Amino acid sequence: MDLKLKIWRQAGPDAEGKFVHYPVHNISQDASFLEMMDILNEELVANGEEPVAFDHDCREGICGMCSLFINGYPHGPDDSITTCQLHMRKFKDGETIVIEPWRAKPFPIIKDLMVDRSAFDEIIQAGGYVSINTGGVPDANAIPIKKEHADLAMDAAACIGCGACVAACKNASAMLFVSAKVSQFALLPQGKIEAKLRVENMVAKMDDLGFGNCTNTYACEAECPKDISIANIARMNREFLVAKLS
Amino acid sequence: MTKLDSKIPAGPLAEKWTNYKAHQNLVNPANKRKIDVIVVGTGLAGGSAAASLSELGFNVKVFCIQDSPRRAHSIAAQGGINAAKNYPNDGDSVYRLFYDTVKGGDYRAREANVYRLAEVSNNIIDQCVAQGVPFAREYGGLLDNRSFGGALVSRTFYARGQTGQQLLLGAYSALSKEINKGSVEMFTRREMMDIVIMDGKARGIIVRNLVTGELERHGAHAVLLATGGYGNVFFLSTNAMTSNGSAAWKAYKRGAYFGDPSFVQIHPTCIPVHGDYQSKLTLMSESLRNDGRIWVPKKKEDAELIQQGKLSPVKIPEEDRDYYLERRYPAFGNLVPRDVASRAAKERCDAGHGVGNTGLAVYLDFKDAINRLGKNVIEARYGNLFQMYEKIVDENPYETPMMIYPAIHYTMGGIWVDYELQSTIPGLFVGGEANFSDHGANRLGASALMQGLSDGYFVLPYTMQNYLADQINIPHFDTNTPEFNQTANDVQGTIDKLFAVNGSKTVDSFHKRLGLIMWDHVGMARNKEGLEKAISEIKELRKEFWENVSVPGEKTGMNVELEKALRVVDFLELGELMARDALDRNESCGGHFREEYKTPEGEAMRDDSKYMYVSAWEYKGADNEPQLHKEPLIYENIEVKQRNYKTA
Repeated sequence: MDLKLKIWRQAGPDAEGKFVHYPVHNISQDASFLEMMDILNEELVANGEEPVAFDHDCREGICGMCSLFINGYPHGPDDSITTCQLHMRKFKDGETIVIEPWRAKPFPIIKDLMVDRSAFDEIIQAGGYVSINTGGVPDANAIPIKKEHADLAMDAAACIGCGACVAACKNASAMLFVSAKVSQFALLPQGKIEAKLRVENMVAKMDDLGFGNCTNTYACEAECPKDISIANIARMNREFLVAKLS
Repeated sequence: MTKLDSKIPAGPLAEKWTNYKAHQNLVNPANKRKIDVIVVGTGLAGGSAAASLSELGFNVKVFCIQDSPRRAHSIAAQGGINAAKNYPNDGDSVYRLFYDTVKGGDYRAREANVYRLAEVSNNIIDQCVAQGVPFAREYGGLLDNRSFGGALVSRTFYARGQTGQQLLLGAYSALSKEINKGSVEMFTRREMMDIVIMDGKARGIIVRNLVTGELERHGAHAVLLATGGYGNVFFLSTNAMTSNGSAAWKAYKRGAYFGDPSFVQIHPTCIPVHGDYQSKLTLMSESLRNDGRIWVPKKKEDAELIQQGKLSPVKIPEEDRDYYLERRYPAFGNLVPRDVASRAAKERCDAGHGVGNTGLAVYLDFKDAINRLGKNVIEARYGNLFQMYEKIVDENPYETPMMIYPAIHYTMGGIWVDYELQSTIPGLFVGGEANFSDHGANRLGASALMQGLSDGYFVLPYTMQNYLADQINIPHFDTNTPEFNQTANDVQGTIDKLFAVNGSKTVDSFHKRLGLIMWDHVGMARNKEGLEKAISEIKELRKEFWENVSVPGEKTGMNVELEKALRVVDFLELGELMARDALDRNESCGGHFREEYKTPEGEAMRDDSKYMYVSAWEYKGADNEPQLHKEPLIYENIEVKQRNYKTA
């Protein structure tokens, strides 16, 4: 298939960016979206031009490195997948594809389609853990956990930290990301000890970093490649309320 | 010349690690903060080591290539992690896990290391549960287990099909806690370029800041490499795009011996190659072999019709299907180890029974499991894997059997280390897949996660402390010494040289050609003639690379093509050493299959009288051949025999 790509190019964080048009030809519909980007970049390099910078790594939908806002959707038009799992058979021959970086103030652009998501790491550092050291812990089966709770905790823990929720949200809210981590621990006995401090510190950090508020549009849930549920946001709000009342 | 001393502690096997810990040197808490440690890589081994060393009180500087330590390729491990807990009461023990691992590795791993691995495996599960890792559970609230290849017990703990992700996020959470405390300094989007040696000891590294392009210098009392494997030398593998062998290769060129470079794992259940634009291969977890049955058409005519797209596999009656693993290996069936399953798939495809439009695929069929257990159960167990398959192949595996084919997955080889996981360069430790490891010539499924976390949480914090105990009076390192200047100049020299070529071919085009040479001659089946050919072809390709590669862009700022070029420079050298090592080993063992050495049934035939050793290669300069050292393997606690998966 032949496609017209309209790609955001920006030399650096402070440089001015613009859309640049690139045609690509003879793309197999079995190729992945990023393989199509590879083909474009190979052509650019062969012509002595600078390839388009974009983040990617595992290319199987788990590392959370890839991003891209494709035709108005984070991770493209297909459901429940990351950009690296998107295949060209989801597009039509001759189609124009608009490719942009995540757009959110707490995720500044580094170059072209790459953004800096270290704000997510900072939120986790504020409390996304159980404060135990290596060694000296009880036998694994000494902490029985209801299967339903373990399963729900796993649903929340499946978050890959890609930032699609923030990119999808008109307020650039990070509530889905933060609530997934808070929920994982709220559902497990291991997380109870520090529940109050965790939710307070993580929410405070989220606000400090300039993420917006949640206005219940559910765009984050709709665009999440791992189907993280907004029920986690409700759970975090409960945790937060309990923390403030205690 | 450095002497190969594996430093295995004296005493009975089961007491060696306890004895080591009882007699090792320690650093008092007040002195620990005077000591700096560098950790390169934040996968399971690096992340867990960095967190644990920081908890002890050392100053830790951590470096990762991605934008966050949470993204290391350990995250992609799907199926599970082994431990000898014996929760299912099915006869497991530390000894049995040790035994299975040594046997699975075809008797090419070091006994004492493997025993220690099995011993600490239980601590890992305890640790991860305490961190809040959401492992799968039974209705009674206790942990669930499943089976993996090469074992007759269920000892694999798992978190759906995302075990690696959950364990890595556990290590990442521990690391984040230490970063918050201020005792870990984290550097992201950095790639290690070289190791700085002072007075014969590893004392620092040069890293390239991938955003600014600047070369940065960092000094420390000890350096830990946890930089993963080099499977991407084949271009196509299940590794992530940035996974590379450069850190290990730089260590080798600075004097660390390279152990068993030819030992590569080819994973039997990957989605088959589909086009020449393909960038990577996707694994389908080995856990699928718990319920999936592997087969090809019995009749070649059927296989040919399927290849032409004229026949659907669901139309082939039961009696015309060849469940070749169950036929050849009745005791282990579809759960034979990876090397055995991979070779058996290749054998059937080479014989003309392969499926898919290339004929290079076999079926992994869930029909019987769905009939027996119901679709819901299969979906709960493997739903995410089935979804992943459908997105890539555009076929529904609940209805049509999956197509799979072996692909490069893991490297058992790596930097040679002693019992303390220290390389032949004092002060340079290597953990996880980057070291030559505990897996011998073949790693069993769910053992990589076990080894990474064993090294990081429970081995390195002890052994590195032992090394650091006499260094409390050595002050923090100045990075303006002649050694740092020289090493930084060497790195800059390579970068300048790459830009100076100004050729016309892309980096990837060379990488793909190298990958083809490696796959054809240093892949699943090797022989003398092919390996000799590979060595000469790689030399030619390397020459052409340095005459005609094109690296566009600038030396400063972000330059992805330069990053790739620097990695391919090293792959072009590493590939040759792999072929050389495979050529030296005139036997077949584990993943190393030399066509000249097989039993009449086509199984790998070892030659214990000549090759029961770890090969450790010493770099002798660009113009000289490397020197081979041999660490003999001594088995005192296990009977060495031909591996047998036909009978229990």
